[in-house]
This record gives sequence, C-alpha cells and structure tokens, in this order.
Amino acid sequence: MLTGGFLSHLGLALADFAQQKKRFYLASEPLTDKIVWQQGNHYTFRLRPSTYMQVAMLVPEAAKLNKKRWAIVYPNYEYGQSAVATFKQLLKAAQPQVEFVAEQATPLGKVDAGSVVQALQDAKPDAIFNVLFATDLAKFVREGNTRGLFEGRKVVSLLTGEPAYLDPLKAEAPTGWIVTGYPWYAIHTPEHDAFLKAYQTRFKDYPRAGSVVGYNAILSIAAGLKKAGSSDTEKLIAAFTGLTLDTPFGPITYRAQDHQSTMGAYVGTTAVKDGKGIMVDFRYEDGAKYQPSDSEVKQLRPAAQ
Amino acid sequence: MDLSGLLVQLLNGLASGSTLFLVAVGLSLVFGVTRIVNFAHGSLYVLGLYVAYSSVEHLAGAIGFWLALLLAPLAVALLGAAIEILLLRRLYHAPELLQLLATFALVLIIRDAALWLWGAQDLLGPRAPGLAGAVQILGRRFPTYDLLFIAVGPLVLGLLALLLTRTRWGTLVRAATQDREMLGALGVRQAWLFTAVFALGALLAGLAGALQLPREPANLELDLPMVASAFVIVVVGGMGWLSGAFIAALLIAELKAVCIWLGVVQIGPLSVAFPQLTLVAEFLVMALVLVWRPWGLMGRAPVMARGEAPPPWPGRGGRAATLGRALLLAVLALLPLMLGAQSYALVLLTDIAIAALFAASLAAIVGPGGLHSFGHAAYFGLGAYGAALLTHAAGWPFAAALGVAPLAAAAGALIYGWFCMRLSGIYLAMLTLAFAQITWAVAYQWDGFTGGSNGLTGVWPPGWLQQGARFYWLVLLLSSLGVFLLRRLLHAPLGWALRAARDSAVRAEAAGLPVRRVQWLAFTVAGLAAGLAGALFAFSKGGVAPDALSVSSSVDALVMVLLGGVHALAGPVVGAAAFTWLHDSVAHATDYWRALMGAIVLALILLFPQGISGIGQYGRAFAAFISRARRAAP
Repeated sequence: MLTGGFLSHLGLALADFAQQKKRFYLASEPLTDKIVWQQGNHYTFRLRPSTYMQVAMLVPEAAKLNKKRWAIVYPNYEYGQSAVATFKQLLKAAQPQVEFVAEQATPLGKVDAGSVVQALQDAKPDAIFNVLFATDLAKFVREGNTRGLFEGRKVVSLLTGEPAYLDPLKAEAPTGWIVTGYPWYAIHTPEHDAFLKAYQTRFKDYPRAGSVVGYNAILSIAAGLKKAGSSDTEKLIAAFTGLTLDTPFGPITYRAQDHQSTMGAYVGTTAVKDGKGIMVDFRYEDGAKYQPSDSEVKQLRPAAQ
Repeated sequence: MDLSGLLVQLLNGLASGSTLFLVAVGLSLVFGVTRIVNFAHGSLYVLGLYVAYSSVEHLAGAIGFWLALLLAPLAVALLGAAIEILLLRRLYHAPELLQLLATFALVLIIRDAALWLWGAQDLLGPRAPGLAGAVQILGRRFPTYDLLFIAVGPLVLGLLALLLTRTRWGTLVRAATQDREMLGALGVRQAWLFTAVFALGALLAGLAGALQLPREPANLELDLPMVASAFVIVVVGGMGWLSGAFIAALLIAELKAVCIWLGVVQIGPLSVAFPQLTLVAEFLVMALVLVWRPWGLMGRAPVMARGEAPPPWPGRGGRAATLGRALLLAVLALLPLMLGAQSYALVLLTDIAIAALFAASLAAIVGPGGLHSFGHAAYFGLGAYGAALLTHAAGWPFAAALGVAPLAAAAGALIYGWFCMRLSGIYLAMLTLAFAQITWAVAYQWDGFTGGSNGLTGVWPPGWLQQGARFYWLVLLLSSLGVFLLRRLLHAPLGWALRAARDSAVRAEAAGLPVRRVQWLAFTVAGLAAGLAGALFAFSKGGVAPDALSVSSSVDALVMVLLGGVHALAGPVVGAAAFTWLHDSVAHATDYWRALMGAIVLALILLFPQGISGIGQYGRAFAAFISRARRAAP
C-alpha cells in the first residue's frame, strides 16, 4: 500500500500509479479536487479537505458579508485556478448579484506585490478573496498594509490560518480576515489535547496543519488495516469505504461515493496577540457538510463508476 | 484602469527593476571578466537576504538598522572572495562548462547551508525605520521604501560607471572584459583582479538581497529563479554592458507592471488575462530581443575568444572497446534474471538508461558541436508530452505513440533551432533556455490540453509489456540504440563537419561547409533523441508533468554531461548513471542531500577536471609517467 504525497501533480501521478499497479493509495496532503473526482479511481482515497471543501467552508462567510464587488488574487497554477473557479461558482449561487471586478494570477513564489496590490486597489473592490500563501502571502500582506489595501475591506483567505503561513508574518499578520486554518493553541477538546501533549513531548515543537494530516493518515491506515484484517488491496479498499475513525479533529469518515474523507478544517477570523497572528472566533467545520450533492459527485467522477 | 493608475504602476516597475538590476549587474561584471557563468549568483543574493535578517535581528539594537543591514553585503563579498580563491581559481583552465558545473554545486551547498543555519520557515524581516510608511502619489499610497529603491538602481549604475571609467582598476576590468589573454600577456596579475571582481559581484548580489529584507521574506527557493531572471537581463542588455543591464531590467519590470495593470481584458470574444503573462514575460522578451538583436540590446559581436583548443574527439576505439560495450550491455540485459523482475534496481536502471540517452543527446551537440544548450529539457518534455497526448487525446496505441512522439520533439528542435543557430556561445545558451521556458509555460498554463500544472497521467505501456522486465529491456534496447546511432552520426561526415564548425566557423565556411545548416541538423537530431528519451520517460512513469520541461531538468542533463565528461559519448552515459544513482542514494541517506551532492560534484571536478570518464586518460598518463621514471632511474 502507498500513502503520502504533498504536491498535487505528484498526488495525481501516485493515484494513477496505484490504479495501474492495483495498489491501495491513501493520499494525505495533496489538495486537488481531481484526485477524488475527475481522475479519481477505485484504489485511491484522500484524507485532507480538498480545495473545493475549504473554499466551500468560506463561501457562506463571504456571502454573509453581503459585498457586491469582489477582487481576486491567486497563484497561477491548478490549485489557485480551481479555488477561484469554485469560489466564483458558489458565491454566485449564494449571492447572484455579486461582481468580480479584478483578477490577478501571480507566478507562484514570485508575486510582484506592489503592482498586484495597486491593481486590486484601483479596481475599488468591496472585498477580496485571496488564495496566495507562503512567501507570496507575506509579500502581499506587507505591501497591502503599507498601501492601505485592506482598510475598509473585508478579506476572505484560503489556508491563511495555518501556522506555517500565519507565523512568519509575526505582528504584521492581518487582522479580521476570514480564513481556514489550524488554531492548535486554542482547540480544547480531549482528543486534540491528547494529541497536542503527545506531539509536544515528542518533538519539542508545536504542530502544524501538516502534522495533524500526517498523524491522521497513519491513524486511518491503522484503522483500515484493523477493519480489513489483512493488507490485501481489495480488502483494504472495502474496509476504507465508509471507514469511520476518531482523530484529533473529531470523527471522520471515508465517503463511499468518492473516497474523500470528511476531515474538516477550522474557519475563523485572524487577529494579532502578543506579536503573533492567531485565529479567533473559530469553529470546526465538518468536511461532510461541504460537499456537492451526490448526483454532482457522480458526474464529476466518471472513472470510478 | 486609468492613466494615473498606469503612472503609479510604472513607478512600481521602477522599484522592482532596481532589484533585478543590482543582481544582474554583478553577474554581468563577473561574466565579463572571468567568463564564468555563475549559477551561484542567485544564491549569493539569497544569502544577502538571510544574513541581513540575522544581523538586523541581533545587531540593530546596538549599531542601528542600516549599519546592520549593510554588514550583510560585506559578509557576502568576503564569501565571494573566498569562493573565488579556494575554488574558481583552480578551474580557470578547466573547460568552460566545468566552471558552470562547479557554480551549480555551490548552489546546492549554499541552499543546504542556509537550510541548516536558518531553517525551512520563511523569515520576514522588519520594516525599514524611517521608511516604513507611504507617501501620497496621484491619490495613492506609495511605499516610501520603494522610492529609495528607485534611487538605488541609477545610483549604483553611476558609481559603477565612475569606478570603471575613472580608476586604473576599472580600466583593467574593462580591458579584461575585452581581451583577458592580452591583459595577461601585458603583465597584469589576473588572479587578484578576478578575485576583486568576483567579490564586487558578490557584494552587489548581497546588497540586492539585503535591501530586499523589508519587502520580502527570506526563503530558500529564491536562488534559481533569481539567477535565471538575472541572466535574462544580462543577456537582453548585452553581456558585459552595464547600461544595457539597466535598460533591460527596467524594460522587463515595466512590462510586468503593465501586464498587471491591464488585468483581464475582453478583446472581442476572447478574454485575455494579462497578469498570467508575468509568468514568462522575461523569457518572451529575451526570445524576441535575441531573435532581433543576437547580442542583446546594447551588445556587440564578441571578440573572437582565443580559448584553448578543444581536445580532439577520440577515435572510435578498437575491437576491445566494442567487446567491452557489448559485454556491459549483456550484463545489463541479464540483470533482471539475477535480481528478479520486481527489484528496485530495475526501476533505477530504467531511469539511468533514459537519463543516459537524454544526456547523450545533449552531449552530442555540446561536445563536438560546441552548442551549449541550457534548454535541452524542452525536447525531452516535448517527447514526453507528445507521447502522453498521443495516447490520451488521440488514443493512439503504444508503439505508434512511442514512434511519433520523438518527431514532435524533433519538430520543436527544428523550429527553435532555426532561431538558436544564428547565435553562439552564451547567447545561444540563453535563447535555448528562453524557448524551453516558453514551452514550459505553455504546458503549465494550458489546462485543457496539457493538464496544466498537474500534467497528464494514465500513460502506460500495454499490459504484456509491463510483465516482468520487458519494459526495462525495451528501454535498454532503445536507449543503447539511440546512443549508438548518435555515436555513428558523430563519426560520420556530419560529425566531422560539426567539429569543424565548432573549431573555426570561418574556416569551415570557407571550406564549403554550410555551417549553420550543419549545426541546425545536429540540433534537430539531438532533439529527436531527447524526445525518444522523453517518450520513454512518460511511459515509464505513467505520465508527465511540467517539471520535465523545467530549468532544473535542463540543468540536470547538463550536470550529467559535465560530470561524465564531454569528450566521448561514454561520458554522458557514465555521468547519467553516476548522477541518477547518487541522487537516489544520497537523497535517501540524509536531509542535507543537496549539500552532499554538491560536495561530491565539487570533489569530482577537482579530482577529474575532464569528467569521470576522463579517468582512463589519467591511467594512461600515470602509466607513461611511471615508465619514464623507470627509464630515467640509473
């Protein structure tokens, strides 16, 4: 059996390899929707909430803002493109009069922050949807702060609440952005407390979003092996279909219809406390709630029929 | 999208142009004097950024932000001097491309050193005190720090111009840029001149990095993209021309700013997203400029280099060599029977065989042709994408796809080659790179056709071929056939003509050889062979992603060729085996596999400046030395 993968294109290649060689594959990190839908197959399951799910968690919040003019900025590759396509589609459905007034696709890792911020500003949007992360995010936030892009504007931002992306910004972390992420410092459930304590004892560091994903992947495999009673590929696939297990985030289920787990993410608002960016007013959004209807999934997933 | 918006966008462009210029100008100076294509220049920039982060963090309290910031370029300059004295100085007489390989090893080592010292997380520095805010320009807030940036570019240009025209040292630098052999013959000590120039280049790169601290987080991934951009600017401006670099940096930065300003525009029925163009803007500009002005905007045709004569191409080898090769092939073919068809070694050997063909196809034009291609991945990738698309979109059977895909690569080489073969030396290398990057960008963007950044999957050989070691045997057969045919070709009249064109284009032309057409043909054949390697690659991995077309794929091929030695086609085969095996085993052994890999490459360069396959020459030289010593003994 196979597990792991980080970048989407490698995840897809592994999924295809699994199908070709008839091996079980649990994709842990890759985000692309295609891994369970367009290119989904019998042998592949995926743990982390997909691009679609994370965007879908943010859309109700975006619609609640009731802003008409939206500007969009995203890294110019599949992740950014599909996040934006989903966002536009779902927000239009929720709020038909919405307008998308500017769209900036920036080369991954090489955003010209000054120019991009100004272009967004010149479009005079009421709100901004951001998909940039890592280095690009830091440049965008700093430039946006200097130029006043975020003043009087709401920002909805994908993944920005994950410690790996929020922490480098230190005191300059944006405030009031609506984000998905992982506020490890403020989740107080028995399951998460146990995980946090064990993690910190073992690694002398705090967990990142990827730490939970890795941990859950191994938990899933253990649960799947136990249920299957064997490592035989077909038995594992049967076991994973509809498999439910407890994780630090709560119970998750591997959906039968597209092999996507219902692991969710935390949606909240960013704030700065003690010179560090944090998420406040957050809640856990169960991934099961943010899925297209089963008939849509069926259409999206031709290969596995 | 109004006029005042455009004006402020142009100001933004000036600010980003300054950074590019500072990095590029150092690169240009170093190349002009030492003729070294310094891949590590981007790494020096990154180091400037990291050192500035640390020194500001620890020293800003004691000596102030600005002094702490400016310590960083000095530190980088010292490191640059050390690199020149300890490493590059030993390599000035090695083949030109070997120096490039050495600087590439430095990239790997510096990357991991930074990882070890500063960790993997992005480090965002503080804002610059006094310049943290913004000023109002045309009703918009413009960062004060960017105004400083706009001033720094022309300031550095002016200072450098003064240094080069008004000092004796500057005169020497200019003389060395024009004709360093003559300068040496006139009794100028080149060693210290080279050290100083290299340190100055490092200083400028470090300065550009340090000044970037308030604008961008320090990050390990910046090195190669930065050096690629810097190269583009240097070449667009004209190698060794400071003002050219300045103009080119502004041109490219402004073009990007305008693309971003335009945003998504509806042109008739088409909606064009101009910001997406920023992905390849610089390479598009470079391709256009080099097609229009082969030596850059300001450059002139280079003075004829009096390089050392390239070593002769060895003979075809005797019967023993042929026998040896046949024996090796037989052993390789029998291996699956010994190891079992499920062995991981077979996967690795398949990779090696494909890499060997790819490297040999590059070596065929680099060695005998002197055509240094930095963008050979384009043809490898075209072959791979060709195979994937023919299987996928056209639904062709395996054999047809495998047979036709290399032709797609050859067609690409034919078209690109027509433009590239009008140039020579570093300009040719950069134009090949530009075409490769443009091809990469098309594959990366064209979601509906090439699968975009995710690439294409589901490209497998038919079931009967996947059984046991059959696919490995096919790869082994086709790769060795490819290498064999390339070798035949290089010992045929085409190969001799190619060498004549490399050694003296003028004389070859006078002797009646159609130099450009010979080179063009060889380039296309090399593209064909690379395409075959690419198609095999796609079928062995079950698909292809834009990585196959990327700069690092081109660089890998170059490293294999140089590691093995360019003086015989056995070189790239040995190089490919060593590189693939090292990559595989070293990457599993340590977290710092890049540094280890870089160190191994450096050690190999210093031990075997002719490449690993040159070891035979050492053996013969040693034997001759021993026998002479015996004869001399009383």
